[in-house]
Amino acid sequence: MRMEVTDESLARAAAEGDAEAFTTLLQRHYDGVFRLAFRLTGVQAEAEDLTQDVCAALPAKLQGFQGAARFTTWLWRVVVNAAHDRRRRSMTRAKYAEGWGDWEVDRRAADAATAEALDWLTQAMRALPEDLRDTLALVLDDMSHAEVAEIMGVSAGTISWRVSEAKKHLRALRESEDRS
Amino acid sequence: MSDDLDDLKAAMRAAMPTPDAARKAEDIALARINFAALQETAEAARQTSESPKTGPIRGVMNMIMRINTRGALTATTALVALGLVAVVPDWQNAPRLNGPQPVVLESDDVLADRSEDRTRQVVEEQFATEAAPEVAVEPAPVEALEAEIAQGAESAPAQQATQPSATLKREQAPADGIMLGGQVQGFDATKIERRSLVVPLPPSDDVYVQPEANTEAFPDADPNPLKVTAEDPVSTFSIDVDTASYAVVRSSLMAGQLPPKEAVRIEEMVNYFPYDYSAPEGDAPFQPTVTVTGTPWNADTQLVHIAIQGENKSLPERPPLNLVFLIDTSGSMNAPAKLPLLKQSLTLMLPELTEQDSVAIVTYAGSAGQVLEPTPATNRSEILAALDRLDAGGSTAGQAGLQQAYAVAESMAEEGEVTRVLLATDGDFNVGLSDPEALKDFIADKRESGTYLSVLGFGRGNLDDATMQALAQNGNGQAAYIDTLSEAQKVLVDQLSGALYPIANDVKIQVEFNPAAVAEYRLIGYETRALKREDFNNDKVDAGDIGAGHQVTALYEITPVGSPARLTDPLRYGEAELASDASELGFLKLRYKRPGEDQSELIEQPIVPGGQASAEMQFAAAIAGFGQLLRGEDYLGDWGYDDAIALANEARGADAFGYRAEAVQLMRLAQSLQR
Repeated sequence: MRMEVTDESLARAAAEGDAEAFTTLLQRHYDGVFRLAFRLTGVQAEAEDLTQDVCAALPAKLQGFQGAARFTTWLWRVVVNAAHDRRRRSMTRAKYAEGWGDWEVDRRAADAATAEALDWLTQAMRALPEDLRDTLALVLDDMSHAEVAEIMGVSAGTISWRVSEAKKHLRALRESEDRS
Repeated sequence: MSDDLDDLKAAMRAAMPTPDAARKAEDIALARINFAALQETAEAARQTSESPKTGPIRGVMNMIMRINTRGALTATTALVALGLVAVVPDWQNAPRLNGPQPVVLESDDVLADRSEDRTRQVVEEQFATEAAPEVAVEPAPVEALEAEIAQGAESAPAQQATQPSATLKREQAPADGIMLGGQVQGFDATKIERRSLVVPLPPSDDVYVQPEANTEAFPDADPNPLKVTAEDPVSTFSIDVDTASYAVVRSSLMAGQLPPKEAVRIEEMVNYFPYDYSAPEGDAPFQPTVTVTGTPWNADTQLVHIAIQGENKSLPERPPLNLVFLIDTSGSMNAPAKLPLLKQSLTLMLPELTEQDSVAIVTYAGSAGQVLEPTPATNRSEILAALDRLDAGGSTAGQAGLQQAYAVAESMAEEGEVTRVLLATDGDFNVGLSDPEALKDFIADKRESGTYLSVLGFGRGNLDDATMQALAQNGNGQAAYIDTLSEAQKVLVDQLSGALYPIANDVKIQVEFNPAAVAEYRLIGYETRALKREDFNNDKVDAGDIGAGHQVTALYEITPVGSPARLTDPLRYGEAELASDASELGFLKLRYKRPGEDQSELIEQPIVPGGQASAEMQFAAAIAGFGQLLRGEDYLGDWGYDDAIALANEARGADAFGYRAEAVQLMRLAQSLQR
């Protein structure tokens, strides 16, 4: 059962130096951070590293949490920004920049039932431009367009446009698949 | 097109790896180290983006924040876990909370996981401290992200400026905290500090509460299907003495709307009415009577009418009663048909209690609290004054309230007394409860301890009928819905003894039909009460309870062998005809436990054809027909509202309270609305 203490009050307590509040908060959201990291990167190892980056930097970042937004909104923004940073830093390493790479598929391909769907997932995500991919990483977690807009720092209209663009891409992919 | 997106979502879910537990612990340990390191540097030279602000509010806020910090830093894991108790504001009056089973707002297993995590963490933390240089290899991201802090710090205040209301709210919250702090002056500092940890939570009363959209929830159960006797001869269910569904149906119809189908539970509609069944003789607390009559809506089928009449204990003999009113005072209760009606209803009930009974009141809204200590029921002025003070506001901390109510109830309970929590709510259990299953388990657990739970529903709009049902079923209680003062009178005055004094627990019914005589059968209603065949003899499986003077009616529609009404064809290659004779239609078995006992007792009797349809049975059949019309079931053929009205009118009988006349009116209303 969920505790009574809200994320926001925990975050404020943590920003004031309350270590227990900080740990509680992190434990509560660690899995969410990891899942978002995976949706952003498509590779488990990469997602793990990104999650570690976020964990390492979170104490310092928390000082900047003003409580103006919901804590999760703020946290997802931190994750998205950290993902961008990571991509920028590892531009030289094509494997990381590409994301949604091959070996994740290989690892999963053993599981025959999910292999086909996964293949489509990987193809679909790879086919998308970076900003659409990041948008979907958030939208696929049942967030509202407004919330995603707040996280990505763009207008809600932009998000809706990106989602419809992404859908166009997906449809095109489907059609080309169906033809072949 | 949205299909593609949904597919993508599903694929993403399938592909999602679970986070590695070791990595998780490692990451969290790393974060903790960085956190601690940051505190040290922060102490040395505190740079803040905030411009110096003065003024009493800021000063007090800082003070509280400081207290908070130190207190929480010194708090051990256990203290923090206990600290969650602090949402229950009234420590003094809840001695049980300090007992060996503290009231925590997390389910125990989550808590266990958590403390396990923590232990692991401490170990890993020690390890990590030794390995600190290695961890420091990773700080590249920290630096990189620190650049972003600057970005973040720039953008965040900008946001704040555009949202002044948010800032205002945050400043109000600590102000609330001061008040709370004042209430606990007598306590040592650590308690105050832990309390302040949760202080910003409850929205203050004057915060504008957005009007809620209709969020009613009803249990979703398909009507019982037609069964072929040769394939599935045994039907098992738990009795149900709830009446909530009928009152919900009535309030919908009175408001000019047909009720949602899933709100119509036929057995609850039938059992709403008092029937003149023959009283039990001899030792058993109740008496089943089985009659087979014609079906009003189908000349070729028959209706098996099972009537159970509970013995009526006369009031002087009844055991003393401990009653805990658990009253929802959340903001949503602030409507004429809710809190004010609730107060009036409970006022009506008080004269029914005697000096041996006692009453306590616990409220819940944002936080839970005891507003009236256990008081003898004859001390009416004190109880009424406490009721009068109730005021709606805040959100609903249903679970904390339930826990405290049970704690109070347990403190009142003595040998030979009946203890019952009476939960009055509009069903809005939204805060502090993300897992209804865990709440059910909690209530089921308390049921074992002998405390019963009844649920009174009030008002419409966000009536969570499904949760109410589940709670009452798990708490061995009755769920009633109160929409008018006269309904309150029916439930809390006329039928009070039935509502409060159980005479038999876990009453289960099992009927085995004889395939030589009955081709098909169908149980009308009791969808949410179905039991597995093997559960009938298992005394561990919970079922419904019968209160003093309760009547329970169950109806089967059966199709005799050879009847033209048969809907399924007999199997050509079916098993060889069973050698039983067709003089018995079936066999009724009934199990019950006497209150406080673990062993069930068995009542058996054959179901034989024939029997005179009394007016009582006809009325029950009319109501069952009405319910099926409302649910739009297709077993009725051309039989419609006109027939139901005619049958009910014919069978109205004495109807001393006018309930049956009202039912006829509702049928007429439904008929007009459906046109």
